[in-house]
Amino acid sequence: MSSPQPLIQISGLSHWYKMGDEELRVLKDVSLHIHHGEFVAIIGPSGSGKSTLMNMIGCLDVPNEGSYRLDGQEVRELSDNRLSAIRNEKLGFIFQQFNLLSKLTALENVELPLIYRGLPHKERRMLAEQSLERVGLSSRKLHRPSELSGGQQQRVAIARAIAGKPSILLADEPTGALDTNTGKEIIQLIRELNEQGHTIILITHDLTVASQADRIIHIQDGVIAIDGGARV
Amino acid sequence: MNITQSLKMAVKSIMSNKLRSFLTMLGIIIGVAAVIALVSVGQGAASNITTQMQGLGTNLLTVNISGRGVATSLSYEESLTYAAVPGVKEVSPVISGQVTAKNGTDNVTVQTEGITPEYETVRDYHVQAGRFILPIDIEYRQRIALIGTGTAQDLFGTSNPVGQSVLLNGQRFTIVGLLASKGSSLQSSNDDKILIPISTAERLLKSKGVRSIYIQAQSTDTMDSAMNLIKAKLLNKFGSEDAYTVFNQQDMLDTASSISNTLSIALGGIAGISLFVGGIGIMNIMLVSVNERTREIGIRKAIGAKRRDILTQFLIESVTLGALGGLIGVGIGFGASKLVGKFTSLSVSTSWNIVLLAFCFSLAIGVIFGIVPANKAAKLKPIDALRTD
Ligand SMILES: Nc1ncnc2c1ncn2[C@@H]1O[C@H](COP(=O)(O)OP(=O)(O)OP(=O)(O)O)[C@@H](O)[C@H]1O
Ligand SMILES: [Mg+2]
Repeated sequence: MSSPQPLIQISGLSHWYKMGDEELRVLKDVSLHIHHGEFVAIIGPSGSGKSTLMNMIGCLDVPNEGSYRLDGQEVRELSDNRLSAIRNEKLGFIFQQFNLLSKLTALENVELPLIYRGLPHKERRMLAEQSLERVGLSSRKLHRPSELSGGQQQRVAIARAIAGKPSILLADEPTGALDTNTGKEIIQLIRELNEQGHTIILITHDLTVASQADRIIHIQDGVIAIDGGARV
Repeated sequence: MNITQSLKMAVKSIMSNKLRSFLTMLGIIIGVAAVIALVSVGQGAASNITTQMQGLGTNLLTVNISGRGVATSLSYEESLTYAAVPGVKEVSPVISGQVTAKNGTDNVTVQTEGITPEYETVRDYHVQAGRFILPIDIEYRQRIALIGTGTAQDLFGTSNPVGQSVLLNGQRFTIVGLLASKGSSLQSSNDDKILIPISTAERLLKSKGVRSIYIQAQSTDTMDSAMNLIKAKLLNKFGSEDAYTVFNQQDMLDTASSISNTLSIALGGIAGISLFVGGIGIMNIMLVSVNERTREIGIRKAIGAKRRDILTQFLIESVTLGALGGLIGVGIGFGASKLVGKFTSLSVSTSWNIVLLAFCFSLAIGVIFGIVPANKAAKLKPIDALRTD
């Protein structure tokens, strides 16, 4: 059923930031495969490089060294425009701080990636309304983010992430700004999305959250310490 | 992403901060309004000058004699021979000078011209009451005078001057005609003057000869040839080109319109500078806006906006600001020129060309000054943009 080739193929990936003369190595020789339909949680202490890895996977940044193949394509070789297109078509982002545009309504926020994809108005509307419905927020589509609760805002952000039907959802501490109950609901929602076929990569501090995933990857000091349940 | 989408986003962003947008546009608004109003006034002045020049008479040559050279003067009898030059229709010699005019206790110094009857047609001066100077007045050296409306007002107030007498340098003259008002020209009021027969003037002004000769050509076509013949004749008489000057009315018109064009350009230039400053205002605010919206740009890029999308978004925003400011400016400039025309003595003429030019200029400013901020926004790396707050 799944293609023989992993969706995400990372090998020998290293990344560092230049701080004046010093180099701060954040990821050290990371290798990792993730297949279609997996639900992966990445955990690790603060500053261990989780978000940096996530940004690489999300094509928001390119590694200094090593190879990252997404769907068989070497990301380092792609142009800025191609990276934008890939983010638009294959990736959906869910951030800790929701990152909705405050001047737009919920519906307009969800529509935004579809605008950049160049879909006609009608189709956009339809897809956006569908994904708002999937997160259970149809009744709030004309509200602005400031008129929504934290949990509702994160639902809108999830709706935006899934509107374009991407294969991968990247969630960087999606429950970090929410209370425990709301957080649970959001994780439940993410689980459902995984069951519907999205590949999920979730960063969290919280072990109970991580336990929802099929596979837990521990990162420590820029290296993968434990990779539980990796399919070989 | 297409242009209508970008336009919608731009309008949304402009409308979401109305006061700031308005203040940003203010420079453009003032610039465009100033360009239109000032150039309208300049062009009004230009067309005013042209009409006034044409009011001097048509196909007119003016000879001024300063009297340097072998011969130093030209008698009025001799000046009449210029009428025989081919292409010349009529000749009006003038002896002029300042004279003290007195009526009872009122007394003014006034420009007095000794003229012949041809003055009426050549200079296009007419009487509104009484009669003009006749050949017989010249022949008999009559002490009669025509009076301009301005001088008449000074000496006689509201009473009718025709038939009254006036003392010119102590000599008694009878006023036989009141000149029609001509308004004022660039140099002086055309209505503050007294006209007397040229033969009488020779004595009154103790003048040896004519100071100027107004020569009317038969048509515009004969102007140049007549002018050359006259110049040759004058050179022959005086032996030096310094002794006289010959003006062609067309030349004066050209000079005047080039002066007023220069005026228009200068006014337009000043206004253009304020338009430019307005452009800098747009750039400034756009740069601030790019900084403030760094995170927004990061989010947009993260969900798939390309460089081009961000570039057009900000560019369209600044062009829209320029266009909107331009439109408001056109309205205000138009209104202001209408008001100036209505409530001041300045004449105003607004041409569509300048309106169009000013508007296009403000659009161009939106583009030019929008490029730097838009490019800055487009080049942001999504990862850096997302990290700022
Ligand atoms: N742009 C940057 N420039 C310099 N150093 C950076 C930059 N981004 C991250 N770092 C550093 O890289 C290290 C890893 O950061 P990263 O954000 O990946 O950590 P994290 O595991 O996500 O931590 P947390 O759980 O607190 O979010 C940190 O020490 C951080 O200071
Ligand atoms: Mg992090």
